[in-house]
Amino acid sequence: MGKEIFLKWLRQMYLIRHFEETVERLFEENHIWGTTHLYIGQEAIAVGVCEALKQGDLITSTHRGHGHAIAKGVSSKALLAELMGRETGCCRGRGGTQHLADFKIGFLGTNGITGGGIPIATGAALGLKLQRKENVVVCFFGDGAVNQGVFHESLNMAGLWKLPVVYVCENNFYAMSLPIKKAIPVSDIYLRAKSYGIEGIKIDGNNILEVFYNTKKAVERARAGGGATLIEAITYRWRGHSRSDQRVYRTSAEEKNWEARCPIFMFTRYLYQNKLITPEEEKKIKESVEKEIIEAIDFSLSSPFPSVDTLKEGLFS
Amino acid sequence: MKKRKISYKQAIYEALREALIEDKKVVLIGEDIGVYGGAFGVTKGLLEEFGDERIIDTPISEASIVGLALGASLVGIKPVVEIMFMDFITLCIDQILNHITKLKYIYGGKDEVTVPLVIRTPAGAGRRYGASHSQNLEKLFMGMPGLKIVAPSTPFTAKGLLKAAIADPNPVLFIEGKLLYSKTGEVPEGKYFIPIKEGRIVQEGQDLTILSYLHTVALAIEAASILEKDGIKVEVIDLQTLSPLPWELIKASLHKTKKIIVVEEGTLTCGIGAEICARLTSECFWDLDAPPQRVATEDLPIPYSPPLEDAAVPSLEKILLAVEKIF
Repeated sequence: MGKEIFLKWLRQMYLIRHFEETVERLFEENHIWGTTHLYIGQEAIAVGVCEALKQGDLITSTHRGHGHAIAKGVSSKALLAELMGRETGCCRGRGGTQHLADFKIGFLGTNGITGGGIPIATGAALGLKLQRKENVVVCFFGDGAVNQGVFHESLNMAGLWKLPVVYVCENNFYAMSLPIKKAIPVSDIYLRAKSYGIEGIKIDGNNILEVFYNTKKAVERARAGGGATLIEAITYRWRGHSRSDQRVYRTSAEEKNWEARCPIFMFTRYLYQNKLITPEEEKKIKESVEKEIIEAIDFSLSSPFPSVDTLKEGLFS
Repeated sequence: MKKRKISYKQAIYEALREALIEDKKVVLIGEDIGVYGGAFGVTKGLLEEFGDERIIDTPISEASIVGLALGASLVGIKPVVEIMFMDFITLCIDQILNHITKLKYIYGGKDEVTVPLVIRTPAGAGRRYGASHSQNLEKLFMGMPGLKIVAPSTPFTAKGLLKAAIADPNPVLFIEGKLLYSKTGEVPEGKYFIPIKEGRIVQEGQDLTILSYLHTVALAIEAASILEKDGIKVEVIDLQTLSPLPWELIKASLHKTKKIIVVEEGTLTCGIGAEICARLTSECFWDLDAPPQRVATEDLPIPYSPPLEDAAVPSLEKILLAVEKIF
């Protein structure tokens, strides 16, 4: 691993963090509507996982998907324009936050149904395998998705048919308000892998190196025909589940404790400790991210809304 | 083209087999479709001919079978899913309603997003299977934008429509009539397609239009031959495509006959008849000489006991009663 790559990872994490803070602000300013589910605090997972992928690999995402979109390569302009309902958005303003996709770069979409991406990712892996393609699919979901029926059905079939799919469960301890201890009667989610005949592992989702290396291992195994892996990545969402969440189900002490384990801070500290970054480089990264976000805002604000004349376009191929 | 008589089941089998030969991307997915040959025997022999990567037997997981088919379709596969009984498709409704039928539109209608997926499923009462194995649920799906629905009544239309469904780049729900599998009819030996947008005039008449599909086409034909003796000439239409409905054909027929009866296999309330009658009343009111009539299954779970089941579903007698009301 070269220094350049590490600095790229850091920039990606900054970009997601800054993008989400911008979304938060634009929502308050009434430039974004409906709801948002922010990824702040979980950046190391999206970036660490997507950096372990090759061209042609695919991902599916969740309701909390801006980070996955950026990490997979959706431009901040197309993403922000979509959230602002513009024709220049990645889905021409038809989708919005929970329905973002860019098939050309292998981003099969965020998803408004909890666990909704799991069968899609598993089926895409089946499709790749049937066509003898060497690509893999990564399926992101949260701890809230592991009690949906399709989780069990799909992982079972992935195990049966040794499909090239890596399931990345971002366990941030709360399914909306329900704490994980009230949601599953076993200590760990990754243990469920055993019943589907696939690999299972639990990792620190706030440590990008740990995320990257474990994903790489899982992806390589999948690519080589060794089948699926369930990665449980422990993390924490700093904000509420969505806009309306007052976070009455958790304490501020708990939140502060996790903020101290900020994935960006921890990685920056690692880079300094190993002399892989200078203060100038850090400053430059921050400035370039800020510039990119300002450009994305300008681009989105100056982009047109979709014409009402196009309302009925695109239902069928 | 040379014609021969084959069964509805054989016609569907031939369409599947031809599609599997013509396009390597076509894959059949479903429960017991391999060695067993499908619960109604439609896919018998295909596993032996095409192998287990083309004919994929799955565990009993209806929601994810359809969800996996969607995922596979997004990367270039053309899956044809078999859902063993239409009643079980309720388990797949999230997949169909929130994903399969929406992705193309919500992802901006882009060319690279296509969902070339077919769901085949047998529907219908009359085989004493009871409430959870006898339903026609097409009305639940007719209100879903982004889905095409076909429901053929003959071997000829079954084959041509299934070929078209598999070739279609959009999701298609293909409803098969359980009571029709053994019925035979003329089918040409060569390849052909029937476009998914048309209905079919089964027989022409000028006094009354009866709209029907699947098994109810046979009931409508029977009613027409009885009514002919009373001097009433019935135009029998096989809707064949339920979404989009063949409105032009329906309206042209009503314009001619001025009277209409819709016979559907599902339950009455909020059904196909409700939609057709509402629309015709709104758009073709001055063509109507009599109130449009609906014949459907009673708003009840389908009971098991033969006299009860027979009384619950559409019948010749019910159609003739509806005719009496408007003549």
